[in-house]
Amino acid sequence: MNSDLRELYQEVILDHSKAPRNFRFPEGANREAEGNNPLCGDNLTVKLILDGDTIVDIGFQGSGCAISQAAASTMTEMVKGMNVEDINKIFANYHDVVMGEGQIDEDLLGKLAVFAGVAEFPMRVKCATLAWHTMQHAIANDGEIVTTE
Amino acid sequence: MSDFDIEAIRAEFPALHQEVRGKKLVYLDSAATALKPKAVIEAVSQVYERDCGNIHRAVHLPSQRATQGYEGTRKQVQAFLGAEKSSEIIFTSGTTQSINMVAQCYGRPRLSAGDKVLITGLEHHSNIVPWQMVCEQTGAELVVAHIDDNGEVPLERIEQHLKAGGVRIVAFAHVSNALGSVLPAKEICALAKSHDAISVIDGAQAVPHMAPNVTDLGCDFYAFSGHKLYAPTGTGVLYGRFDVMNAMSPYQGGGDMIRSVTFEKTTYAELPNRLEAGTPNIAGVIGMGAALSYLQTLDWAAVQAHEEELFRYADEALREFKGLRRIGTAKHSMGVLSFFLDCAHPHDIGTIVDTEGVALRTGHHCAQPVMKAFGVPATARASLAFYNNRADIDALISSVRTVQEMFS
Repeated sequence: MNSDLRELYQEVILDHSKAPRNFRFPEGANREAEGNNPLCGDNLTVKLILDGDTIVDIGFQGSGCAISQAAASTMTEMVKGMNVEDINKIFANYHDVVMGEGQIDEDLLGKLAVFAGVAEFPMRVKCATLAWHTMQHAIANDGEIVTTE
Repeated sequence: MSDFDIEAIRAEFPALHQEVRGKKLVYLDSAATALKPKAVIEAVSQVYERDCGNIHRAVHLPSQRATQGYEGTRKQVQAFLGAEKSSEIIFTSGTTQSINMVAQCYGRPRLSAGDKVLITGLEHHSNIVPWQMVCEQTGAELVVAHIDDNGEVPLERIEQHLKAGGVRIVAFAHVSNALGSVLPAKEICALAKSHDAISVIDGAQAVPHMAPNVTDLGCDFYAFSGHKLYAPTGTGVLYGRFDVMNAMSPYQGGGDMIRSVTFEKTTYAELPNRLEAGTPNIAGVIGMGAALSYLQTLDWAAVQAHEEELFRYADEALREFKGLRRIGTAKHSMGVLSFFLDCAHPHDIGTIVDTEGVALRTGHHCAQPVMKAFGVPATARASLAFYNNRADIDALISSVRTVQEMFS
């Protein structure tokens, strides 16, 4: 099998796509947003509980490809309990890495480093970032439906 | 298939002879855009290398050659479609523009509240949205004859809508881009006519596989894209029955569509020029002429036999595949095989097979209502052209197996 492909569909990604974590909406969520990737039909809704600057709980539901599901799953695991400023730092590095425009900061990304393989597949960048953009809109609570187009 | 030399045909398509990601290209996305034969590529080059003049204008030789090439293509399209007059052939940028022209230039001045536009449940967005727009503008209503579980549109469903009254326009795909279903176009046109509605056929997915005869079909409009017919992108055709199209208002104002212009009043040119304002895609249209000339050199009975055999071969291989679901199983289908894997999302299928050199389309194929009807967000779609062979299908099956191994 092609090594770029192995790099993209790592065990962690396959695992999270088959059994997504936090695939539910937290009770008492006070922020939510919907995201679409019209190119491939990925669609997900992120709901979260924001207390001051901290995401106390977060979950998502929706359907999409393995990359988008795994990205949403790992994201929710990562950001739970974090404050928005730290989350933004992580997303900035994650975004650069999947775009192939920056080095991985392992301390920041941790498990999310598995998404580095996305950089070899530019058509899939939107799949890897949809959940993150949707979460950002949920935090901002601007009520807009996020689309990757 | 003794008179069908697939290798000789493949040799005419340069894009087939390349490696992608270190693998031989297996092109199964001709429904999105077809590859171009050498003859087309050379014809386009010749326009820019030699015959680079504007059409219908100057008296110099390059302009004359360009005009001859452009107008020659119109005659070729007329013959290809079996149209009565060459003035019934309008060049557009593609099917989308062709349909928008009918909606805006025929529909908009004529539709009003109480009128209906009938489409089917398997239409491409480009045969839905233009009608929605004109309905919004005029107060007319868009009604839909839905598909059944096989992806067919039963004639009774079309008839039901027509009998209910008020339908002024019936617009439908000749062949579905998402499922490959072939619609009974002749019967639908006859039904439309008997209820005083005009018929508009989206032929984008039909013309790569057959020469439709518009006179025999009895349609009022027939639209297709050049780039799916082995011709350059940015070219398309709108056929319109003379009386109907002649009553249409111009789409755009500008050069080449007028008879005389003063600041007080402009009179318009006759068809076809009236509907072709501005400098068109000259090289593209001349390329379309080269594509039609190339297609004429082929034995079409043999081409169609090859395509049918290949379609059956692919269909059987996909149906035998455990964990795979074929979507769109109309009795009469061609060119397109949509499917879905239980274990993997179509988008993942697309990426994985691409690393094996297999070019598939994955997504909603600009036909979201079709996806919704089958309860899936997207499908993987293999689409065939006459330059495909069994080895392409074998490569598809083997690469889909890789996907399955990875996800199960």
